[in-house]
Amino acid sequence: MESISVFFLQHREAIFIVILSVFLGIEVISNVPAILHTPLMSGANAIHGVVIIGAIIVLGHADTTVSMILGFLAVILGTLNVVGGFVVTDRMLEMFKKKK
Amino acid sequence: MNNLTQFTAGITILEVTYVIASVFFILGLKMLSHPLSARRGNILAAFGMGLAIIATIIFHRKDGEPIKNIPLILAAIAVGTIIGWIIAKKVKMTAMPQLVSFFNGMGGAAAALISMMEFPHVDPELIEKSGMANGEVLAILLGLLIGTVSWAGSMIAYGKLDGWIGDLRIKSMKWVNLAILATLIGLIAFVMTRDVQSTKELTHFIYIIFSIAIVYGVLFVMPIGGADMPVVISLLNSFTGVAAAMGGFLYNNQAMLTGGILVGSAGTILTVLMCKAMNRSLLNVIVGVFGGGGESNIAAGGSIKEISLSDSAVLLSYSKKVVIVPGYGLAVAQAQHICHELDELLEEKGVEVKYAIHPVAGRMPGHMNVLLAEADVPYEKLIESDEINPDLPGTDVLVVIGANDVVNPAAEDDPSSPIYGMPIIKARDAKNIIVMKRGMGKGYAAIENLLFFNDKTRMLFGDAKNTLQNLVKEVKSL
Repeated sequence: MESISVFFLQHREAIFIVILSVFLGIEVISNVPAILHTPLMSGANAIHGVVIIGAIIVLGHADTTVSMILGFLAVILGTLNVVGGFVVTDRMLEMFKKKK
Repeated sequence: MNNLTQFTAGITILEVTYVIASVFFILGLKMLSHPLSARRGNILAAFGMGLAIIATIIFHRKDGEPIKNIPLILAAIAVGTIIGWIIAKKVKMTAMPQLVSFFNGMGGAAAALISMMEFPHVDPELIEKSGMANGEVLAILLGLLIGTVSWAGSMIAYGKLDGWIGDLRIKSMKWVNLAILATLIGLIAFVMTRDVQSTKELTHFIYIIFSIAIVYGVLFVMPIGGADMPVVISLLNSFTGVAAAMGGFLYNNQAMLTGGILVGSAGTILTVLMCKAMNRSLLNVIVGVFGGGGESNIAAGGSIKEISLSDSAVLLSYSKKVVIVPGYGLAVAQAQHICHELDELLEEKGVEVKYAIHPVAGRMPGHMNVLLAEADVPYEKLIESDEINPDLPGTDVLVVIGANDVVNPAAEDDPSSPIYGMPIIKARDAKNIIVMKRGMGKGYAAIENLLFFNDKTRMLFGDAKNTLQNLVKEVKSL
């Protein structure tokens, strides 16, 4: 019981952000029309590429060769997620634009 | 790991940038859900991401130490950008769903790698103080588990949509999967209850969890059919979001936390919306009850009546209102451009042509809209099924191109049908129905479609693209 309360107090800000973000995520997309499901999924996919920040931090403090290689790989993968995700979404949405 | 102790100007700039980036992510997502602002929303989110990345490289400090290996970081970003850009620009519009799955997998793998590297570096002081059962270890292990499952699952989903991985359905698979999942959770609990001085003593567990999580990710997606992949990709997308958020928890990084959780929750809702459109529960999709044993008790009565190309051309040309129902078959045959050609040809002849879009037609929800938009079909002609259904009795010809389950009347008539209750396009209300189909194969739901046996229905067999090409020729020669 004590460890749970310690855990909660230590991380209360993060827990707050998590809970609010959950509601925000639901609220933000609850009225999306079906035609935008695919681009929205793709756009959301690009946003979780924010994991690249973690990869940069890891590589930025890597000391050994192994951790440098793995970190290098992680940054590449994260970049793929970010760049590929945003570019693909843009390509999809570009098509909607020239409708007139 | 806690860098809030030294508040310098750099850290302040970094944290402010993260706040701005988070706001951009939220605004971006919000704008992405409206057709007019969607493109700007995407660019805004990308801009926020760029800011966060640059600020991290310049201002991030870990125990006062700045980011090292900057050339290596920039090189990795360059490599990722070039590869990602080229793939994203080159791929065909029809291959979009598997591409999203691929990029999603990359994010999951990155999250898993971060966890693997951070595990041995958990502060021994923290372990001494609160044991292995602390937030940091939990975030690392969950990030590893969820990221790996998302990566392995996404790769399988990618392979399935690309057609080089088939379905694998074994009856007891569901129990095997549950057992594996229980093992994984058990392992995490085991690691977290160890009495050790340093996480370095437990690194081999990281590799064990990683390996089993790969197996789980593969087995989790293997039994799920191709038509359900959209739901799976959306689900895996939200998984990766949560995995990224675990990194945010670990680094006390608000941008990662908000971005990740936002995608996690929005992705979950999107998954639920997709399931609703198919009248399935998420559990059904995951456990894969569907597709196997659906027995319909309505026998197929009547006979199949074919129609020739020239008759179809005449029928279409002399109609007032034509509704096209595109489906999976049109996407696979990449027939969207030729379909639009037919539509323009008919419009020239004074026929009113509209498209009835079922929310789950194609390979992803909304995929039909993207494909048809690519072929320059005006946006206003794409009508959602609920809106077009009342117009169908006044429609002269309804053309079904490579769609099946979304026009199956069993969804309304047959309570024993696995698709009973699914909203459909009420094709049989139209005066005439032409069904373009490769053969008499059943749709994903593996059930008979009585629409094909309807007196008003004529079948036009063949590959959607070829048939449409020939039909266009016929209409032109009239």
